[in-house]
Amino acid sequence: MREDKGIFYRIDWVVVGLYLALVFIGWLNIYAAVYNETHNHIVDFTQKYGKQMIFIIAAMLLAMGILIIDSRFFSQFAWFIYGFFLFMLVVVIFSGREVAGSKGWFAIAGFGIQPAEFAKMATALVLAKYLSTLDVSIAKLRSLAISSAIILVPAVIVFLQHDTGSAIVFLALVIVLYRAGLTGFIPLAFIVLPVLGILALLLPKLILVAILLLVAGGFYFFSNRKLRTTLLIIAISLGTIGFVFSVDYSVNHILEPHQRNRIHVLLGQDVDLKGAGYNVNQSLIAIGSGGAFGKGFLQGTQTKYNFVPEQSTDFIFCTIGEEWGFLGSSVLVILYVGLFVRLILMAERQRSRFSRFYGYGVASILFFHFTINIGMTLGLMPVIGIPLPYISYGGSSLWAFTVLLFIFIRQDSYRYDLV
Amino acid sequence: MERIYADRKYIIIGFFLLIGLLFLVRLFYVQILVDKYILSANNNVLRYVTQYPARGLVFDRNGKLLVYNEAAYDLVVIPQQVKNPDTMALCRLIGIEKTEFISRLQKARNYSPYRPSIFESQITRDSYGFLEEKLFLFPGFFVQSRTLRKYTYPVAAHTFGYIGEAGPEMIAKNPYYRSGDYIGISGIEKSYEEILRGKKGMKIRVFDVMNRDKGSFRDGRYDTTSVAGIDLYSSLDADLQQYGELLMTNKKGSIVAIEPQTGEILCIVSSPSYDPNLLAGNIRKKNYTRLLADSVYVPLFNRALMAMYPPGSTFKLVDALVGQQEGVLSPDTRYGCPGGFPLGNGKKVGCHPHPSPTDLMGAIQISCNTYFCRVFKSIIDNKSYLSTRQAFESWRKEVMSLGLGKKLGIDIPGELNGNIPTPGYYDRYHGKNRWRSMTIISLGIGQGEIGITPMQLANMAAVISNRGWFYTPHVIKAIGKSDSMNVAYNTKRHTLVDPKYYDIVIEGMANVITGGTGVIAKIDSITMGGKTGTAQNPHGKNHSIFIAFAPVQNTKIAVSVVVENAGYGATWAAPIASLMIEKYLNRTIKRKDLEERMINGNLINGKQPESERGQGNILPD
Ligand SMILES: [Zn+2]
Repeated sequence: MREDKGIFYRIDWVVVGLYLALVFIGWLNIYAAVYNETHNHIVDFTQKYGKQMIFIIAAMLLAMGILIIDSRFFSQFAWFIYGFFLFMLVVVIFSGREVAGSKGWFAIAGFGIQPAEFAKMATALVLAKYLSTLDVSIAKLRSLAISSAIILVPAVIVFLQHDTGSAIVFLALVIVLYRAGLTGFIPLAFIVLPVLGILALLLPKLILVAILLLVAGGFYFFSNRKLRTTLLIIAISLGTIGFVFSVDYSVNHILEPHQRNRIHVLLGQDVDLKGAGYNVNQSLIAIGSGGAFGKGFLQGTQTKYNFVPEQSTDFIFCTIGEEWGFLGSSVLVILYVGLFVRLILMAERQRSRFSRFYGYGVASILFFHFTINIGMTLGLMPVIGIPLPYISYGGSSLWAFTVLLFIFIRQDSYRYDLV
Repeated sequence: MERIYADRKYIIIGFFLLIGLLFLVRLFYVQILVDKYILSANNNVLRYVTQYPARGLVFDRNGKLLVYNEAAYDLVVIPQQVKNPDTMALCRLIGIEKTEFISRLQKARNYSPYRPSIFESQITRDSYGFLEEKLFLFPGFFVQSRTLRKYTYPVAAHTFGYIGEAGPEMIAKNPYYRSGDYIGISGIEKSYEEILRGKKGMKIRVFDVMNRDKGSFRDGRYDTTSVAGIDLYSSLDADLQQYGELLMTNKKGSIVAIEPQTGEILCIVSSPSYDPNLLAGNIRKKNYTRLLADSVYVPLFNRALMAMYPPGSTFKLVDALVGQQEGVLSPDTRYGCPGGFPLGNGKKVGCHPHPSPTDLMGAIQISCNTYFCRVFKSIIDNKSYLSTRQAFESWRKEVMSLGLGKKLGIDIPGELNGNIPTPGYYDRYHGKNRWRSMTIISLGIGQGEIGITPMQLANMAAVISNRGWFYTPHVIKAIGKSDSMNVAYNTKRHTLVDPKYYDIVIEGMANVITGGTGVIAKIDSITMGGKTGTAQNPHGKNHSIFIAFAPVQNTKIAVSVVVENAGYGATWAAPIASLMIEKYLNRTIKRKDLEERMINGNLINGKQPESERGQGNILPD
């Protein structure tokens, strides 16, 4: 049919445009973050922005390579790719390089490669592959167990590499399961339980328990009052109350002091701005001082003079917030949300279940990174060091996110041929 | 089939939008609604470095440099930026104890965590070089260059005054001053503060997280340059001032000399004094405490402006002027002197033996007590007034028009009014209107409740030589350029005594020198008018007083000398005044014997410590 028009006619240029915009914004702000008077030439490979330019060019080549691979390749080799990266995750524990306390790095040709970044892509592939299998239904316990295992196995290995942030990202794939028919309780629990956990630390226990009992009573009052419903309400009430007490206990007795500090910082209970709260406070100062229109390109003082930590990687959003202000920050947030929504809409137009679930996987992973990273710089999330997709400095993450996205763009471009 | 779950895309998209919206709201709050982050950002990177201008210099009337500046360095701290300092190392560098370090830091923090406070002031140039190298080790600390006041001659300490750090009240009152700023605290440093200080500038520097200077903020767009202080041209004669202080060695009292035709003060000596260099720089506090504690010499007390003495016989000149003005006295008025003025209760105001009777001129010449008691009585009992009170009030008004009993308004802070008693005072003392001329007769010979400062005495001599007018005495004659007039002090003030009544007084004063009580002050080459006085002192030996002016025609200098506990006016005050006049008009002293006797005369029964008098050296701290 349209085969003759060529691949570039059929790819979704909106999503590619969003991708290119983000990559360009990323490079510009890495330049600003590391800018100094002695190194200001835009192609200076001793500087991070020079290296990032190489990473970007390599990413483009990768993207083009993916676009010319047969679209059935990823579906057919999903398990192989998954297996390969699981193997790499294990290998890296023993032979990898340690970067910032995490062991998950390979050094290849002078560049660091983090298999965990690619493992997310592989997991999304396999999950889509598994869910698209004909006899699989998430309503069946077996299917749910296997799906969970697909997600949790790499997550646990990554966790063992002391890369908690990346490990948590795998949990984002619960959105795919939800779309596949998983009961809404579970994703809801993902949202409700953290909120409840925070309340458990902020409010006196008795008041919280009273509120929970009131809510439960309300549910019971408006329910059909059948035995099954009543038991369910009682079970959930007891579960949440137990959760409240266990959160309080684990924070105060099980967590390491530095982890406890991070939680107190997040809850605004830590005033030691030179200690645990330093990063978040400096991040907020940088973003907040940007005002409505920002200080202008290269005019950010907080990032330029290194008050913000990790400013080209995890805290790159500070540079954007400081130099481009509310205007620039909003544009970035809108670009991201636009990308996510576009990906969901694209996923929904797939005729192949594999492509659809994979599209959801891509959107979930990117969305999770976005939420954790910007939430962290804005003091809404705990400090979890994961990169902002396409923006943060680093070849490994840029390539992994590029591959993740372009596999889907490739699938989408052949959506009429795939079933 | 998962098709039935297709609607879940709305929930998922809705969730994405919700998070996006949450971030937008948070960004709006952080970036637009609150401004504390902007302030914190500025505190992070910007240092407001004050540029202190050099304080104005002070010259004497002949262009000699009196007060100047020397470079010094202050160690400044911004408490908020202090991060885990190596306290011991810093203490060693500036030589203080750890407890002192902690208390200073706390003090600075109390003032402001964000604004710079002086941590250690006036570091020597040597330790500055050493400190600057190590400073990067102590974030929050930096060095600011300042100037230190220096004095060419160790004299006129009270007139110059001193500067020190502005106190909390001053900072609260005047927004120009910040903690650690210097301000004139006394003397002309205080009265001419706004002229001398110049205008501070502000340089905004950018510092990175390691506290390294990264250059000026926005290319110095917001910097302000400092404006140097303006120089002052003083009317003081440095030689005369020095000479006066030399003559007053080991004596308590003062010498004030004024150029009558301009009101310019030629010298103000208050003895005992101190070396002004003692109160400059970081040795000030220590030395100030020491000087303040000296109850024997009281060197900080400015006698010339703040000590009040009964003027004694010098007041007879005022009687002569007011008596004529009131019409109860003429040059021909003659009174006999039976060895004193009877007070009616068997007692009398005594007088020394002299030819009798005398006319007005003769009475001034030999300083007859009887004569001036009669003059005073006739002023107060004047029948042209309805009451004693009215006559007294008229007398008081005319006396005060001569610049007595009220601050003259000179340009040095701390001047006192002196005292010419009010009718109310006598009402309180004797009962309403129950006092008469005889009750208060001692005023006629300058004793009793009357109090005059040495500055007022000198001005009185100037008024007489000018025949009834004066300019407010002042010590600064020009600001900025040597020929610019200080407008505040060029308005003539006229007395209530007609100029024609002064001639006879001047003639009498000339006779005092040529053949009266003040012959000891006679200088062969110079015509002079003078008057001796002896102030009764209930606490000890009388104070010796002399006022004089010279030459009689076209007068160049009017002078008052008070030497405490020195006896008669003619014994100490008159020779000292005479030497001052000779020094000023002839620039050399011929009467070496007299000079030597005066300098060596010790009337304090002791010797003021060298360390207070100084030799122009700063004492080691
Ligand atoms: Zn007599």
